[in-house]
Amino acid sequence: MSARIAEFVAMGGYAAYVWPSYALTAAVLIGLLWSSLRALRAREADLAREDGRGESRRRDRSAS
Amino acid sequence: MHRFANPARFLRMAAAVLPWSAALTVGCLGAGLWFALFDSPADYQQGETVRIMYVHVPAAWMALFVYTNLAIASAVALVWKHPLADLAARAMAPIGAAFTALSLITGSLWGQPMWGTWWVWDARLTSVLILFFLYLGHIALANAFDDPTRGNRAAAILALVGAVNVPIIKFSVDWWNTLHQPASIVRIGGPTIDSSMLTPLLLMAFGFTFYFVSVLILRIRAEILARKLRTLRFAQGEATA
Repeated sequence: MSARIAEFVAMGGYAAYVWPSYALTAAVLIGLLWSSLRALRAREADLAREDGRGESRRRDRSAS
Repeated sequence: MHRFANPARFLRMAAAVLPWSAALTVGCLGAGLWFALFDSPADYQQGETVRIMYVHVPAAWMALFVYTNLAIASAVALVWKHPLADLAARAMAPIGAAFTALSLITGSLWGQPMWGTWWVWDARLTSVLILFFLYLGHIALANAFDDPTRGNRAAAILALVGAVNVPIIKFSVDWWNTLHQPASIVRIGGPTIDSSMLTPLLLMAFGFTFYFVSVLILRIRAEILARKLRTLRFAQGEATA
């Protein structure tokens, strides 16, 4: 069993080329997804804050 | 087409599509990885390095597919002034750049053991490198102006001019002598690849396509919010001034 795993990991002697290809692809795609999600959340938070400020300003104006 | 111009309509549609595209991304990539790594043969010439193909070729297809979409969105933005087309183009460019970078790097990792070199300045590799710079130029140009409409316009013109590169990349392996192997899937006369290798290749390609759709939806949503925020701040600046 462990011999078969070792053989699989060795990739016929090309492990140094095959595994970095897969690892890099995973890293780039997950990284881009993560940064896109983070940017979306940041914009949502900005907008919520801005909306809140607009609300309070309107309230101030109507109170005075 | 202007039926999709309304962000509210787009957002409703995107919200309906996103769970499906996300699930299909995970499903296709999961199955694709299984076939690519465990259930497909080594190549009789290239040995186990052929497994690099299952990330390299779909990434290269996506680099061209995303650029084609970028050029179409840019044309729609320039000609019909469609308000979502600019945002879509802005959202696409980083995704295309990522796939192009992946195709270049995984190609290099495949080239070193098979060709004996990380890089050659031949037609295929050089034209894909130019594609990568076109994406970077688009991102830089779209954000280079204080007025986003001017930036979007400049970037859209760049995207359209750069579109001539797409057929050059596709046919570069036929037009010029190159180390790069010719097309074996999308060719006249049908694929010349065995189905045991075609299955993981197509699964990975569909997985990347659904990934593109999912991330594109997230990024367009962020762009819509950013535009809303700009209008809101502008209106408040007017009110306090």
